[in-house]
Parts: sequence; structure tokens; C-alpha cells
Amino acid sequence: MKSAKSLSSFRLGGIHPPENKLSATSPILDLPLPALVTIPVTQNLGAPAKVIVKKGDAVLVGQIIAAAGGFVSANTHSSVSGTVAKITDEVDSSGYKRPTITIKVEGDDWIEGVDLSDALVTDLGLTNQEMMERIVTAGIVGLGGAAFPSHVKLTPPKGKSCDVLIINGVECEPYLTADHRLMLEQGAELIVGIKILMQLLNSSRAVIGIENNKRDAIKQLEQLLESESGIEVTPLKVQYPQGGEKQLINATIGKEVPAGALPIEVGAVVHNVGTIVAIYHAVMKGRPLVERIITVTGKKITKPANFRVRIGTPVSHLIEAVGGLPMGSGKVINGGPMMGRALTTLDAPVVKGSSGILVMDGSESIRREAVACIRCAKCIDSCPMGLAPYLLKIWGERSELERAEDELVMDCIECGSCSFTCPANLPLLDYIRLAKQGVGRMLRERSKS
Amino acid sequence: MSSGKNERLIVSPSPHIAGDETIPKLMYAVLYALIPAAVVSILFFGLDGLRVLLLSSLFCLLVEYLIMRFMLGRSSTLADGSALITGLLLGFNLPSNLPAWMIFSGAVVAIGVAKLTFGGLGRNPFNPALVGRVFLLISFPAQMTTWPLPRFLNFSWGEDAVTGATAISVVKEGLKQGESMDSLLAKLPSLIDLILGATGGSIGEVSAIALLAGGLYLLFKKVISWHIPVSYLLTVAVITGVIWLIDPTKSASPLFHLFTGGLMLGAFFMATDYVSTPMSAKGQLVYGVGCGVLTVVIRLYGAYPEGVSFAILLMNATTPLINNSFKPARFGHQAA
Ligand code: SF4
Ligand code: SF4
Repeated sequence: MKSAKSLSSFRLGGIHPPENKLSATSPILDLPLPALVTIPVTQNLGAPAKVIVKKGDAVLVGQIIAAAGGFVSANTHSSVSGTVAKITDEVDSSGYKRPTITIKVEGDDWIEGVDLSDALVTDLGLTNQEMMERIVTAGIVGLGGAAFPSHVKLTPPKGKSCDVLIINGVECEPYLTADHRLMLEQGAELIVGIKILMQLLNSSRAVIGIENNKRDAIKQLEQLLESESGIEVTPLKVQYPQGGEKQLINATIGKEVPAGALPIEVGAVVHNVGTIVAIYHAVMKGRPLVERIITVTGKKITKPANFRVRIGTPVSHLIEAVGGLPMGSGKVINGGPMMGRALTTLDAPVVKGSSGILVMDGSESIRREAVACIRCAKCIDSCPMGLAPYLLKIWGERSELERAEDELVMDCIECGSCSFTCPANLPLLDYIRLAKQGVGRMLRERSKS
Repeated sequence: MSSGKNERLIVSPSPHIAGDETIPKLMYAVLYALIPAAVVSILFFGLDGLRVLLLSSLFCLLVEYLIMRFMLGRSSTLADGSALITGLLLGFNLPSNLPAWMIFSGAVVAIGVAKLTFGGLGRNPFNPALVGRVFLLISFPAQMTTWPLPRFLNFSWGEDAVTGATAISVVKEGLKQGESMDSLLAKLPSLIDLILGATGGSIGEVSAIALLAGGLYLLFKKVISWHIPVSYLLTVAVITGVIWLIDPTKSASPLFHLFTGGLMLGAFFMATDYVSTPMSAKGQLVYGVGCGVLTVVIRLYGAYPEGVSFAILLMNATTPLINNSFKPARFGHQAA
């Protein structure tokens, strides 16, 4: 066992918020189906998907109900069998109304050709192209939160190659344990998935980065990998945002992705463990992405849990499964406490990118009163991108967009470390987001003219 | 139980949690760090030392309170602890026999002029305690440079104490008169006594060891970073070391320079003041070196025997420039 000091980490900044992994020992449970699912038509970054069903249609589990709208897009499937009740705009986890397909749940009948057994399949003799087709058909997107279509990341641009596949098992967000449980319970599937990706990317090396607070998962995967070569497990220091893509690359292979560039620039491709297990299911089992693992947790929740949940399940259904919303709850967050979004309604559905539902007590939900900046530089010390958040806040506040751009505001990964750290309780990231929006607009206009 | 319809959810952007560091916590850590030096000053300067510390703290709190409440019409900011720190630091910088009204005028300048006219905590370009001290030094040079000699554990009140010069001015004057370093050192307390604080000087700056302990506590608690104190002390040590190696008979050793005068107090407590010092690590190193160079130059060639206060105030003035020129180490911008 490596000592805490020798663990690798990223080069700059970082914080250590209380881990609060309350559900770390709760095995993954299958959540019973709800009465209705509301499935947002587009659950990926990139081009919107196009609806291909209409009201009244009968659908099966795994049936495509919205087709990818281009290369950087993904199919959306029905996660239940039943009848399309309506296709309307509904409030999703972002707080905005988005096109949504509501399906009345009548059963759990799957489309043809899906292997629903638990048996581990390690080889079907598929060609690379056949495997890629299965991934595209299955609508796989990054399950770590960004929801970027996975097949795009598996298609390196001309002239670039992937030397190392980096697997993100960091789960640096406090509270969340979905990836942790997945690694513990579905490690064998994960490893087959990694091999699929190595083959597709033609890469001979894979590194699984896991924060050192998940020793059981590290040990488990090391055991499973004993007789394998080319795949290594790298325990990482428990430091937020270790799971940020650029930070993880820096921590595992020591390289620094240049500002504005993609990981492939340094020969790396990063995928989250959940995504890789979904790819295993797509390729070896013919199974589309209709469910995911999600943590439901909070200090006042009596039995924090990890569920296997169908996409489109309302958050309220999840909360009922852990005993309902506790008295005095203030905020319900889709995701972790550092980067998650506060929900405006519990009717919002679980989507492909949802990793956790965190219920915060009213007393935890209120921000402390902000006072003047004392220039303690602690925000600078915490920033993993080497920015000066106190200064970005000032330029954001004053709409000095050129100055914000000069101070590299667009490099900000919105990790929230600066706001978390500030002893003056300044909402630094709020202002930085404002500056980023402004600078983004300015850059688009500049490229037009 | 929860239909979602009638829930009233709090909605705000991420992050949804905050660390437990607050400004009062940081300020109180500084106060704790000052305790060893305060205790030593009372041991050596007795009730007179205590009187200066109490008066100076009290006056600073009073001035802050009165100005905030009655001139600026804002709520009291005493609870953040910063006025108390300024008060203690100002007291540390005074001789133990300074009259109360002079201490009061120092407090008015420190809090009223150097801090609150600029908008209060977070906005003052200069370290308030140092502005207060330098104001007193320039206005009352005689009183501010007459140092009662320490009398260990003598708690008699107001009795006329024997006064004398500080070690640093004995050396400076002596060398000017052409005396050799050896004969000067013979007149002074031993280096051990100097390090412990058994020497004449401002009440809070005499005990290098107590200040060092407090400084290490601040480093350990991550209230300050190492960059400024280390670069400051190293710079003084290196420059005075080179000069000393060239001619040890005509110059004081680097150890003497490190452990006498206001250097420890300055390096750990004054030059690390958040508000008036640079933000980035590189900027802090530059700043520390600048403080070191100026301190040595003033000590060796200036009109005043001690250069720490002036050096830090001068460097305070360069802080905006340093902040502009030395940005934090960036991620993803290394030359390929
Ligand atoms: S952490 Fe807060 S108080 Fe400290 S410099 Fe940054 S913005 Fe200012
Ligand atoms: S939110 Fe942006 S500015 Fe703040 S610490 Fe993270 S990367 Fe740096």
C-alpha cells in the first residue's frame, strides 16, 4: 500500500471537502419501475436528437424514440415498455423546459436481440466497425456528467493517436458513490469494457485512476487484473477536482493538456467507469443505454442508497425509495455538492448524466453572508487551473470582458474550489460564470466579423 | 409524501457547500500566534509592557468602532478581529514607556487613516500597524527610540526604568565610529539573550524565538504561506552573510541580523498581511526579496538604525505592480 504522500495528484490547486460518502457500503439495488417515465429527447452534448415516435405509440425497452441528429449526437431509447402518453416541453434537471417524451409504464418487455442474462461475455468476434456501430446505436454518452457522445471520443482526429486510455474512477465529488459501487460490483464487466476501448482506440496501455478513499475498489480491480497486462490501477490522492479531465490526465500520466485543446493532444482519451460498463453492455449484450447507477443521499436521509435506475424516472420516485423528503429539507441537487445543479422540481427525471441525488437540509442550503475580499489569495491557491478567481470576479462584476479574457477566464472548469475556499464567503464562481458567458459571446462575435 | 408540486426547493448555483474557514477564524489564528511574543514582552517589560499592549489594542478597537458607527454609519466590524490585530501589532512596535496619548494618536493614524479612509479591511494598500508606527517614529523620534531595558519579572509600576539603545543601533553607531565588531559585541547581551528577547527594543519585537514560534504556528495552520517569510529572511541572511564574510571585523553576522530588531515580527506578521501584499506565489517571492534588500540597505546605510518597517511599507506600495507582473502559475500554458 502506498503511503498518502507518494500518491499522485494534479499539479496545481485543489481542495479537500468533507467526503461524506454515506452510501459507500450500500450495494446497488434495482429500483422498481415508476408509473410514468419522462425522457428528455436530447440527453447529450452536441446536436439535438429527433423524435421518431408519436403519442399513442406502443414502445419496448430499448426502442429508439429519438434518433441522433448528427455525428455529435446520440440516440435516446425508451427505458420501459408502455405507451407514449405525450410529447411536450417539461422542466428537466437544468431547470429549463425541454422537449420530453412521457411514457406510461406498462411492463418491462425488451426489444429483440438483447442478452439480458448476467453471464460475462468477453468476446463475440466482432470487428471494430461492428463494435462502433453497437456503441452508436446504444446511445452511449459520458456518464460522468458531461454527457458527451462516446463514439466521438473513440474517433481520434486524423494524425492523432491514443497512447493511453485513462479510466475515470475518481469520483471526487463528496457524497457520490455510484462509481465506487459499480467498480466493486461490476469490475469484471468494466475490464472487458476497457479492453473493447483499447482495441477500438488501438492503444496498448490503460490506466484506471481511483481516489485512495476507495481502497476496496482499488484492491478488487488489482486482483481482477492480476493476470492481465497493459491495464494498471493508479491510486490517487483524495483531492478535489481529481476527476476533472485535465486534472486526471495530469495526475495519472503527468501531462498537461494545453488550454483550449482536447486530451488527444497529449495522446490521451478519458472515459468514466460508468460509461465503460455501458459500452460493455452495448457491445457484448446488445443492450442500449436505458439505465444507470445513481446515489441517493444526504445527511438527513435515513438509508442513503445506490440504485440502478431507468432513465426518465422522476427524482421524487427515488426520494420516496429512501423514505421520502426529510422534514426541513432545503435543496435537492442533481449531482454532487460541488458541481451539481439544484433542482427546481422533484418531477425532474433522471437522465444519462445524473450521478446522484443529494438532499440537503435547509440549514446547509443557505449561503453564508459575503463580506469584502481580504486578498488572502486562498482562492488562487485552490484553483486547479492556476487562475486568480478574486480578480476574475472583479472583472465579471464590472463586465470588463477583455480583462477577464486576458486573465484566462475561459480556462475555468467551474469546479467551485474557489467559492468553497473563500473565507469572505464570496460567490466567486457565480461572477466567473457571468464573465465566461460574456467572453464567450464576445469571442463568437469576434469570429463572425 | 413528496409530489414535487408543493415542495419549496432552494435553488442556487454550485458549489453547494463551503469550507469552514472564515475571516474571524483566520484573524483569531493570528492573535493566537501573537500570544508567545506578548507573554515574553510582559515578562521582560513588566506592567509597562502590558499597559502598552492593552492601551494600543483598546484604542484601535475604540477608533474602529467610533468611526464605523458614527462617521461611516455602518455596523460594527470589531468581531472580525482585524482591529484587535492591528492594535496588538502596533503595541508590539512601541517602547514600553510611551505615553498613552502618543499611543492613542498612533491608533488614530493606523485605524482611522491607514485603514478606514481606504474603505476598511480588504482595501487598505498599506499595513495599518506599520503606518501607525512610522507616523509615531517620525513625529516623536526621541520617545520612539528611547528603549527601557528589560527587567526580567519585575512587576513594579511606572518606576523609571534604565533606558538604552537597541543592539542594532549600538552596532550601527559603533561601526560608524570605527569600533571593531568584537568590542561592540562585548557591550551587547549574548546572542542567546538577543534571541530570547532580553534586550532593549520595541516590546513585541525583541523575542525572536517567541515570534518564530508564532510564525511557525501560522504556517502550520496555513494562515500564511511560506513564500514571503522565507524569501525575506533568506535575502537578509544572504546579503548580510556576504558582507560579513568579506570583513567580519566591520560587520555584524547574518545571525545577528536575523535575530535582532524587528525582522522576525516583520517577516512573519507584518510582511504577510493579506491585504497589502501580493497574491501569487511568484509575486510573494519577489516581494519578500524586495523587503529583504530594502531592510539591509536601510539598516546598513540609512539614517535610521532599523529598516524593517520602512522596507515593508515601501514594498506595500509596489504590491499592485507586482500583482500585475507576476500571475499565478497557470495550468496548460507551459511553453511547448
Ligand atoms: S479567497 Fe476570497 S477573500 Fe481570499 S483573495 Fe480570494 S476572493 Fe478574496
Ligand atoms: S471554479 Fe474556475 S476559477 Fe474557481 S477554482 Fe475552479 S477553475 Fe478555478
